[in-house]
Amino acid sequence: MTVGTPKYRELGLTDSEYELIVEKLGREPNDVELAMFSLLWSEHCAYKHSRKLLRRLPTEGERVVMGPGENAGAVDVGGGYAVAFKVESHNHPSAVEPFQGAATGVGGILRDVFAIGARPIAILDSLRFGELDSVRSRHLLDGAVRGIGHYGNSIGVATVGGEIYFEEPYEHNCLVNAMCIGFAKTAEMVRAAAAGAGNSVVLMGASTGRDGIGGASVLASAELGEGDDEKRPTVQIGDPFEESKLLECCLELLEKGLLVSLQDLGAAGLTSSAGEMASAGGVGIEIDVARVPLREADMEPFEIMVSESQERMLAVVEPARVAEVRAICEKWQTGSAEIGQVTESGLVRILRDGEVVGEMPVEALVDGCPLYDLDPAEPEGWIYGNRATLPHGASPEKELLALLSSPSIASKRWAFEQYDSIVGSRTVRRPEQADAAVLQLPESGNAIAVSIDGNGRRVACDPYAGTIDAVLECAQNLACVGAEPLGLTNCLNFGNPEKPTGAWQLDRAVSGLADACNALGVPVVGGNVSLYNEGPDGPIYPTPVVAMVGELPDPAQVAGGGFARAGDAIGLIGPFEPSLAGSELAKQRGELAMGLPRSDITAVAAACELVRGAVRAGRLASVHDVSDGGLACAIAESAIVGGIGCEVNVEHLRERGAQPEEALFGEGPGGFLVSGERAALEELGATLLGEVGGDQVTIGAGDRSLSLSLADAERAWRSLPAQAEGDGA
Amino acid sequence: MIWGVLQFPGSCDERDALHACELAGDGARLVWHESRDLDGVDGIVVPGGFSYGDYLRAGAIARFSPAMEAVAEAAAGGAPVLGICNGFQVLCEAGLLPGALLRNAELRFRCHQVELIEEGSGERLSIPAKHGEGRYYAPDEMLDELERNGQVAYRYTEGHNSNGSVRDIAGVTNDRGNVLGLMPHPEHAVDPLTGSTDGLRVFQRMSGVAA
Repeated sequence: MTVGTPKYRELGLTDSEYELIVEKLGREPNDVELAMFSLLWSEHCAYKHSRKLLRRLPTEGERVVMGPGENAGAVDVGGGYAVAFKVESHNHPSAVEPFQGAATGVGGILRDVFAIGARPIAILDSLRFGELDSVRSRHLLDGAVRGIGHYGNSIGVATVGGEIYFEEPYEHNCLVNAMCIGFAKTAEMVRAAAAGAGNSVVLMGASTGRDGIGGASVLASAELGEGDDEKRPTVQIGDPFEESKLLECCLELLEKGLLVSLQDLGAAGLTSSAGEMASAGGVGIEIDVARVPLREADMEPFEIMVSESQERMLAVVEPARVAEVRAICEKWQTGSAEIGQVTESGLVRILRDGEVVGEMPVEALVDGCPLYDLDPAEPEGWIYGNRATLPHGASPEKELLALLSSPSIASKRWAFEQYDSIVGSRTVRRPEQADAAVLQLPESGNAIAVSIDGNGRRVACDPYAGTIDAVLECAQNLACVGAEPLGLTNCLNFGNPEKPTGAWQLDRAVSGLADACNALGVPVVGGNVSLYNEGPDGPIYPTPVVAMVGELPDPAQVAGGGFARAGDAIGLIGPFEPSLAGSELAKQRGELAMGLPRSDITAVAAACELVRGAVRAGRLASVHDVSDGGLACAIAESAIVGGIGCEVNVEHLRERGAQPEEALFGEGPGGFLVSGERAALEELGATLLGEVGGDQVTIGAGDRSLSLSLADAERAWRSLPAQAEGDGA
Repeated sequence: MIWGVLQFPGSCDERDALHACELAGDGARLVWHESRDLDGVDGIVVPGGFSYGDYLRAGAIARFSPAMEAVAEAAAGGAPVLGICNGFQVLCEAGLLPGALLRNAELRFRCHQVELIEEGSGERLSIPAKHGEGRYYAPDEMLDELERNGQVAYRYTEGHNSNGSVRDIAGVTNDRGNVLGLMPHPEHAVDPLTGSTDGLRVFQRMSGVAA
């Protein structure tokens, strides 16, 4: 620590924030209090630069069971059951140590879901790295994928989907967003609010150590730069076996009705879970750190309060039931300790062996952090640079191969085969079999579909329109499997909001998210914000990752994404207006610039409804959303996955104002590539493009017409393993 | 036939196995690892997962559980015992099956559909496999003996031995044939909606042992 710099500044508080703390306490805080305030008043916990913006989002809907503010959001899926879901980032820890960073990201999001009494049934991940020609990116990708697999596979929750993009701006600051889906009887779900003065506070799970002190909260609130290695000890270490026992234990406790409330310990450890439980319940809480089981005997009270040791949960229990609770913990071989009680004081009081070492009003600690207005300004142009890897004038075949082998578009089999995608016996569509993951729910007699999307490059071109497009892509992926959206969650990964460009990107993206959700009638049931994602070369692409959960009545009716039968007609449904703006082709040509066309949300929603109905009625043999790499890539993907070629012509898109190149590789929302009986496609009003058959992918596009063998197309699309494992592969 | 499915701390596929046993037999129940009493079941499944976190070595701790003592006695009495994935590792550690499971040749966990061929019948089964330590290994002399005794139950077909198992072995039995261990997961192949129903045949084979 620099001599003369006040401690509070080292901990990330500003002068005026510190003055406010002194004013609220009526005195200077001691070290324990200062540590606790600095964490709860960090961006990660207080959302101080984003909370005002998030008020724009629609959060109500008929099917919403739990909305923002709880550990996870939840929607009603019928039959007395609910599906809970949440996405959270673990970006900065993963950039420092990808295996443990990603693993604990999964562990944390699982706890959020079982904290509300839902059994985790699926995991999805949204990952962003720099380009794969960088050794660092390959190291981060490999570590993050192994870490996700290690935690999810070991704990027995299926990883059913996700997405990975590779872009230069993520080189120093990768993104690791993990999503968990849970399933619960609605009547058995539990909230996080502490209640009942005199009730006991019980800490369950792993013991508390020095690992992760300041981890997520401090790391997540400052830009990355030189000296990241020194931060390694602040990255938490995950133990999926410990969590597996804790999960089963918590679910048994909830099923037996033994808990008043339950909360996981995540960023800022005991400080935030105790504070937030008290705040939500409008009560006080008292914790004696001497009663917390420790890994190291000589830990200071502040260290115990801020430790981010993993696999811990905090419960409020009626005193008469504590013995029963502890017996069940013992059965599951997981720790438990009565560490305090709920009070009427409205204070968070920290004791050591009965002696008060810290005392703060709950209101000041949890809700007292000032919320800031942003100072946005639109940048004057494209701030991210351009790197050309594909010359103008390449043949259309070469262009298509270059796009298919782009690691962002190429098959992610290399990654998803490292994940157990089937445990739990719910996975009706495994990764790559369809555009959204489909999970059957025999208990409620239906199924859900889940998709997670967020193309940061498009959002960088226009944060408002790009975010709308991300929501539309998610809705389209659900429509492809016949699902109707029930709710949305999101993780907003952005750069520094205190800089004008970062503020502008965040502000515009949140408006886009709000407008898209309002127009689609999909409520936002939760979310997470990760700011200050910047490296020495500047900010990441603004990356709102959106995830939607939808319902479908009959999982047996889900069509796949691959062409199914020779002789089927191929068609295009929806208001797809391809543009090269923000496209993969523009990226490879080094021609990225500001600006994206504005999408017609209502028209896309109507196309989703049409496709959804056709899938549910079993009228389509295949459905695939037109996305990265445009219609040509969608066609090639449907052919590769189906193992059968096709002959199509996309010149009809001229009527939509598209030049041949745009018809092939232009991107934008609203397009569904479908196949099936000709009469069925005509009835749906599809633009007929051609026919399934043969072992060539032949696409007529005027002077840009192309033809590739299915084998060559597949070789390009399956090239990720060689790229991911570098020269040694 | 009533099946018992063992449940250790860290088991992952016990509910799936329970469901498969219900479909394949006349009933099934979970057996807690601390129970010395198998509760009158006719056959036992040692399920997949990461019992005791796979600490020390996969299956090395679970083999010492009270329930495994009871399983060893039941196996000695001729009861059918089916070990799947981690359960296979546990049975090898317990000495109820020959050989050992090592880390996959590629040193990565892999989850994918594999094709097996049943020795003897020649039947082909499409069943998912998902493991990081599934490379079957035994010394040559032991392998020769296993083959002579007809103890090799399943092999991966060409192109499906992704873990590097010796002689493409996916599953083996004990000498008597009532204890079977295999790395792929038959309990995840009992529902056409999730991919295949070929796994039921593995359960039926074990029911046949009981009869």
